[in-house]
Amino acid sequence: MALKSNAPDGDIQTAWTRHKFHNLKLVNPANRRKFKIIIVGSGLAGSSAAASLGEMGYNVDCFCVQDSPRRAHSIAAQGGINSSKNYPNDGDSVYRLFYDTVKGGDYRSRERNVYRLAEVSANIIDQCVAQGVPFAREYSGYLANRSFGGAQVSRTFYAKGQTGQQLLLGAYSALSRQIKAGTVTMHTRSEMLDLVKVDGTARGIITRDLKTGKVSRHAGDAVLLCTGGYGNVFYLSTNAMNSNATAAWRCHKKGAFFANPCYTQIHPTCIPVSGDHQSKLTLMSESLRNDGRVWVPKKKGDNRKAREIPENERFYYLEEKYPAFGNLVPRDVASRNAKNAYDDGLGVNGKEQVYLDFADAIKREGEDAIRAKYGNLFDMYQRITGESPYEMPMRIYPAVHYTMGGLWVDYNLQSTIPGLFVLGEANFSDHGANRLGASALMQGLADGYFVAPYTVSGYLGSTTLDKVTTDHPAFQEAEKDVDDKNTKLLSVNGKKSVDDFHRKLGKLMWNHCGMARNEEGLKKLITELAALREDFWKNVAVVGAKEDLNVTLEKAGRVADFIELGELMARDALNRKESCGGHFREESVDTGEFAGEAMRNDEDFAYVSAWEFQGVGNDQTLHKEELEFEHCKPTKRSYK
Amino acid sequence: MSTLNLTLKIWRQRSAKEKGSLETHKMDNVSTDMSFLEMLDILNDKLEREGKEPVIFDHDCREGICGMCSLFINGKPHGPERATTTCQLHMRSFKDGETITIEPWRSSAFPVVRDLMVDRSAFDRIIQAGGYTSAKTGSAPEANIIPVPKENADLAMDAATCIGCGACVASCKNASASLFTSAKVSHLALLPQGQVERTERAINMVNQMDEEGFGHCTNEGECEAACPKEITVENIARMNREFIKASAVSRG
Ligand SMILES: Cc1cc2nc3c(=O)[nH]c(=O)nc-3n(C[C@H](O)[C@H](O)[C@H](O)COP(=O)(O)OP(=O)(O)OC[C@H]3O[C@@H](n4cnc5c(N)ncnc54)[C@H](O)[C@@H]3O)c2cc1C
Ligand code: FES
Repeated sequence: MALKSNAPDGDIQTAWTRHKFHNLKLVNPANRRKFKIIIVGSGLAGSSAAASLGEMGYNVDCFCVQDSPRRAHSIAAQGGINSSKNYPNDGDSVYRLFYDTVKGGDYRSRERNVYRLAEVSANIIDQCVAQGVPFAREYSGYLANRSFGGAQVSRTFYAKGQTGQQLLLGAYSALSRQIKAGTVTMHTRSEMLDLVKVDGTARGIITRDLKTGKVSRHAGDAVLLCTGGYGNVFYLSTNAMNSNATAAWRCHKKGAFFANPCYTQIHPTCIPVSGDHQSKLTLMSESLRNDGRVWVPKKKGDNRKAREIPENERFYYLEEKYPAFGNLVPRDVASRNAKNAYDDGLGVNGKEQVYLDFADAIKREGEDAIRAKYGNLFDMYQRITGESPYEMPMRIYPAVHYTMGGLWVDYNLQSTIPGLFVLGEANFSDHGANRLGASALMQGLADGYFVAPYTVSGYLGSTTLDKVTTDHPAFQEAEKDVDDKNTKLLSVNGKKSVDDFHRKLGKLMWNHCGMARNEEGLKKLITELAALREDFWKNVAVVGAKEDLNVTLEKAGRVADFIELGELMARDALNRKESCGGHFREESVDTGEFAGEAMRNDEDFAYVSAWEFQGVGNDQTLHKEELEFEHCKPTKRSYK
Repeated sequence: MSTLNLTLKIWRQRSAKEKGSLETHKMDNVSTDMSFLEMLDILNDKLEREGKEPVIFDHDCREGICGMCSLFINGKPHGPERATTTCQLHMRSFKDGETITIEPWRSSAFPVVRDLMVDRSAFDRIIQAGGYTSAKTGSAPEANIIPVPKENADLAMDAATCIGCGACVASCKNASASLFTSAKVSHLALLPQGQVERTERAINMVNQMDEEGFGHCTNEGECEAACPKEITVENIARMNREFIKASAVSRG
């Protein structure tokens, strides 16, 4: 199947405007309420889409697994959101944000999508301010900005270290208004467990009520998946405990292609693991690299306290190797260099950790100024580690944070299943092989506020849809599949806990499909994951009942899907014999001027890998979307 | 790292309709580096291996920001540490040999779903009653068109940091939701964008709070002490002023 991006040709700067006018039909305001739109997820992407489509007059049903839409994982985003406003007058523009994002993604994203993202980024800030999002301001009363990795301009808007929280509460407030107005019906503690297709088109979902275990059917005219990323494949990640891939994976099994699953982002600054009991990892925002300096002792086995190590015996490896960007190199570069440092035996106290030091910043600006900027992050660090970053440097370590891969979508954010749209982190669209800091929040809100309302209307306005009710056999069948799967999980009656499997999966993925990958390791991983899958279905222990609140059953279903997704990630990583962005193949490194740095292979791999499901455990079919770069000519991505 | 031996008394309750009781569990060799919820994970792992049902509690981000975790620990919402949610509480805050009692939030407006999990949808309905500006997508003016004094923006941010966990209600002898409601009323009242609907907002949100069955505020101040985000009772004073002003305006 040839993958068509459906992006308009011609001048990129007018592409979105022309597309809206020429290619996207409108739905008359009076007709909108006749359409039911199902939105799965209430993070930035889901809440903003549900609110906006509700305001337009559509009839929206929105679902989330938490007890309130306000608690979606987006709430945890700390650092900020990018926008090309150019308030600091330091040379930013739509074009520069576009260029930085394509370059930051290591030339593996679709130019036209990224351009549109940069274009609507200014509207996002306007919208959020109007909602009352309390962004940081200067004494003048105007909005403040800071810098993030991979950019030489200050374009990041922030609300202390709680930007995601404030943006989500803004979107949640708009959503709440629509719930009150009756255009949106909210279903909390509801998990989507399958997609329902009628005549090849997405027409509904099957959900399980997490309070009662009751399975139910929901029919609609379009389904918007806004279910977030799949970083929890690795067990330990910075994602929230409930973040999962189940909705996306089950759509994949129903025919939606999965794109670039191997592109995962490892964030360089997380709090190191303290023991086997560890359930998740805590991020320390990238914004800290504005003022913190990354270093390790120059001597192996130097176990002196940080403050006792003199300046000339410290290795500020980022500043030395990348003078232009210094500590603000993109995440993949920072993470890999941390790994190199501790692989070379230079990790702090012999462990997989490096320092992030604020001593100079405190000397320069005073403790109060630093507290004002990062106080809540420092407190969080101290609560977890028992150490004060005002007195000693933070210990940090790279951890899984974000997944660039996701369901394949065209320019309209529509998947390969007509009527199934995918927004936010759940799609693959804008970040290529590596996402720049503060760009996920931007993308989630761009998709939900400013893209999907047009493209979903375009779909509804130009498609003839028969009336479908939940009595349709396709619903019966999907409900039965869900029920059978749950019955099967409960009947294994094994001895190993769901977490045992999840932990093991995480270790395998981290060792062979983490920060560095190679052919041998990936082949081994594929075999081991197949064995893990079989073991799971023979030996997992799931207690409790199907038609009852049952957190073990919830987890078991998600882990089963994670294992299958892990297999696809490994296959994708094996296929991509180049290093790009977050995907580092040890066989593909520079041997010349940039010795040891990742080496991309544009000749053979300038494409999106979109995988078509062919049954559990089987090889999937690879479809390629060739990428063209008319504006950002792929060059060596250097931050020296 | 050191370890602790602990006795846990945990509230078990099948549903709002059924009666609950405390169940005792011994926990040995608990690492002081563990978080409180990781300690409960270990207990649940053990229970599941024994074929028993795990203790049900809400949690998600485990970073102190989503507001999903709750727990009344030794008589205090979110336990003994100031400005710390249960998920961020670490076992180094407890002593070897200690008995820890763990109960759900108790308020008739927060019915128990199972064990330690409660239904806090009343909070969502309070926000639905008016916790927003009616700025439709697409209708916003340029963001820098209205400068906001930094002091106001900072105060608004302080109020807006509320995570909606419900500790304020759980700590209050009247089970009042005034701190929660006032944080949203204040946040929007402090910003120019919130002015147009200011009157209506205060009235509708306060009325909804009463309708949900939360008690009245009698200025005990327990909520401020219990709030993991250190939202202050000044917000309640501000809400009361807004409400009185609003009632006067709407009557006039
Ligand atoms: C700690 C941390 C900090 C971050 N900081 C930043 C930052 O500073 N800047 C930035 O740009 N990005 C940041 N990111 C990334 C960013 O937060 C996420 O990529 C983004 O918020 C994802 O939003 P979303 O709407 O796509 O999904 P989410 O917010 O993950 O929402 C997913 C929604 O789907 C629902 N859901 C999932 N599965 C199902 C199902 N089966 N059925 C029903 N509902 C379901 C969930 O309940 C939830 O409502 C950070 C990420 C982390 C982990
Ligand atoms: S789990 Fe999110 S605040 Fe505790």
